[in-house]
Amino acid sequence: MGALSLLPSCGKRETRIEAGDREQVLHIGNGTEPQDLDPHTITGDIEHHIVMALIEGLVSEAPDDLHPVPGIAESWDISADRTVYTFHLRQNARWSTGVPVTASDFVDSFERVLLPELASDYSYMLYPMKNAEAFNTGTLKDFKEVGAKALDAHTLQITLHSPTPYFLSLITNPAWYPVHIPTIKKYGGIADRANRWTLPGHFVGNGPFVLKEWKVNAFVRVQKNPDYWDAGAVKLNGIYFYPTENVDAEERAFRAGMLHITKDVPQTKIQVYQKEHPDLITAKPILSTYYYRFNVTHPPLNDKRVRRALAMAIDRDSICKNVARGGQVAAYNLTPPGIAGYTAKAQLPNDLSLAKNLLAEAGFPEGKNFPEVTILFNTHEGHKAIAETIQEMWRKNLGISVRLRNEEWKVFLDTTLKLNYDVARAAWGGDYVDPNTFLDLMVSGGGNNQTGWSNKEYDGLIEDAAKTGDMQKRFELFQQAEAILMDEVPLMPIYFYTRPTLIHHSVRNFFPTVLDNHPWKYVYLVPGED
Amino acid sequence: MLRFVFQRLLQAIPVLFVIATVTFFMLRLAPGGPFDKEKRVRVEIIRNMEKHYGLDKPLFVQYLIQMKNLLRGDLGPSFKYPNRTVNELIADSFPVSLELGLDALMIALLLGVLSGIVASLRPNTATDYVPMAVAMLGICVPTFVVGPLLSNYFGLKLGWFNPGGWFFPSDRVLPALTLGFYFAAYISRLTRGGMLEILNQDFVRTARAKGASPSRVVLKHTLKGGLIPTISFLGPAVAGLLTGSFVVENIFDIPGLGRFFVTSAFNRDYTMVLGAVLFYAALILALNLVVDVLLVWLNPRLRFE
Repeated sequence: MGALSLLPSCGKRETRIEAGDREQVLHIGNGTEPQDLDPHTITGDIEHHIVMALIEGLVSEAPDDLHPVPGIAESWDISADRTVYTFHLRQNARWSTGVPVTASDFVDSFERVLLPELASDYSYMLYPMKNAEAFNTGTLKDFKEVGAKALDAHTLQITLHSPTPYFLSLITNPAWYPVHIPTIKKYGGIADRANRWTLPGHFVGNGPFVLKEWKVNAFVRVQKNPDYWDAGAVKLNGIYFYPTENVDAEERAFRAGMLHITKDVPQTKIQVYQKEHPDLITAKPILSTYYYRFNVTHPPLNDKRVRRALAMAIDRDSICKNVARGGQVAAYNLTPPGIAGYTAKAQLPNDLSLAKNLLAEAGFPEGKNFPEVTILFNTHEGHKAIAETIQEMWRKNLGISVRLRNEEWKVFLDTTLKLNYDVARAAWGGDYVDPNTFLDLMVSGGGNNQTGWSNKEYDGLIEDAAKTGDMQKRFELFQQAEAILMDEVPLMPIYFYTRPTLIHHSVRNFFPTVLDNHPWKYVYLVPGED
Repeated sequence: MLRFVFQRLLQAIPVLFVIATVTFFMLRLAPGGPFDKEKRVRVEIIRNMEKHYGLDKPLFVQYLIQMKNLLRGDLGPSFKYPNRTVNELIADSFPVSLELGLDALMIALLLGVLSGIVASLRPNTATDYVPMAVAMLGICVPTFVVGPLLSNYFGLKLGWFNPGGWFFPSDRVLPALTLGFYFAAYISRLTRGGMLEILNQDFVRTARAKGASPSRVVLKHTLKGGLIPTISFLGPAVAGLLTGSFVVENIFDIPGLGRFFVTSAFNRDYTMVLGAVLFYAALILALNLVVDVLLVWLNPRLRFE
């Protein structure tokens, strides 16, 4: 590890980032090869990072806390009942072909993302819009009945079926992005996933950058878009996104001056950097929770007392500090911190004697006669270490012995979906900054519930919250829902994720954010600071 | 000889057919599908996707369609990277693996054959033990240890090379060495064994008795026969080298074909797995043919039959 102290050691040869600083070209690690760059079909943050350089939606995100700021819409009016939003688009917003971005571009784009044939994973992001769900599931055929209307070329009206207080935050998601329909049609069917409109030379966007190069497994390069409405404010001339999957290789590239920013940091080096180079590393919380599912259809886990006992009998701080070791935060509830105005009040008690009593009440004093239970996790060293730790904590604290089983990723997904497990590792990352993106998980029959747990009162609270326009009242409903969840514990929260990142000194206006999104138009580089 | 080559090419067709069939059905038997994700999407969406890719048809119909496309040389669209075809992904990444593989092969042959010959000339002396110990080390220490060591030392500490990436000609050096060392070690041991076997034969003794110089004994009398085990090993080894190494590509962040072999299986990218497997199989068949032709040339006791 002593090699770390050699940090910017290169003497004469100009490194890639030094050249980048001079030319305002950012070099950033982006984790893995993007699957596609179509905003309506992408599902991961890898793709999201690149697409948000290329396309801008009605509203954008502020670089530091991601609050909605005017994007292609320069202003908007909201009706008194908060169900009708009227967006006024900029006169000078243009596609990279030079034609203006119009309200009907947005309407056509919403229609496309909702087409059942496109089978967009994130089409549900548009469901707050009136009739969007009916159109997306095929029960409604006429798109004219969906709540999106172009009043004139630069005025767009969106009607919601109920007030959705987080609506402006929701529409920063790429599913809400406009696409240039004529370009898509030029290269194939509008709902054809194999459509090649997203390749360099074909891609048409309206964002601060344009797609220049895409070499599979090597890099994606974007270049400043001179036709962007706010081009004067964009300081970077270009960005290279590198799909470096190996975190150790990425860290070496960072040390060699080949990357300004990394996607991740090797677990073994986080603490070294924090000690020796705290100026180069950040590890801020993101909206993501690591938890275990309990299969409530399998005895003894159908007994709430058993689930509570298990959930209380682990030392989360020790797991974060000694096993996960990336600055993670112990989680005693599902919704992570970082959502303005909402901090879950319901907290799982950290009470070992209570756990022991509950287990005894359930008929297993000191863990006697406890049936065989298995923890299932997908094959991964980190998950294994945590499962082993929890196995040991349960053995020591409750006197029960559980078995461990690992499965390859896709097999694991299949097993958990079919409820063929007792306890299974899980993780959830928020899609927008609102408790709903977490609490909605556990509604009865929800596709990502996967515990067999169902609770009428809980479902009712989530449904009521969706209809409530008053933020205060909504959050109160979510608090009640979270309280039910932490009383029933169909899942056992373990920790809230952090996003460890290495950032060179020359980078400005790149902030750690809770969704790990970084609006690129604000970022710039200061030469001579590495 | 032409007849031999032609026959072998004909035999390759049923072999590839069986490989394609087995791969196709094994993939479909594996639990999980290409559209399963951690964030589960609605069943309707998965149905629509399956329809889009023809996965809603009966399995046997899918198989027939796949085979028909294969006959036309069309490996189909990738499930994971929808805007690229498998043909394109292979065409993009194979040249990288090929280049790295050829560099590594040269290193492996140069180091391996030379040290093998040197070791075989004075068996059980220092000039035998030292290269053989190094070779044993080369076999035992895996590439995922050698790679990061080279990258850290020559890349970061000395700053002679980039620690990873594939942008400049100099970026080829460290990965080629990593991959080359590993194969050099095998080749060295095989060459030594093959050479020793020949060196102990009567005709070599005769040649020596007649006063042939040591270099003439090696080059003229021994080398051709001594290389036979090495050449046999090279067939599958070269196929492995040329199609890329997942580990080395991963360590040095190289955009080669190797990573597709592993990741496409994890992703259940049906078409990509099938394409990669068939490509690899065809390469092995072709290289084995080359090796067999070479062996007949090297070993007068063999005939093209």
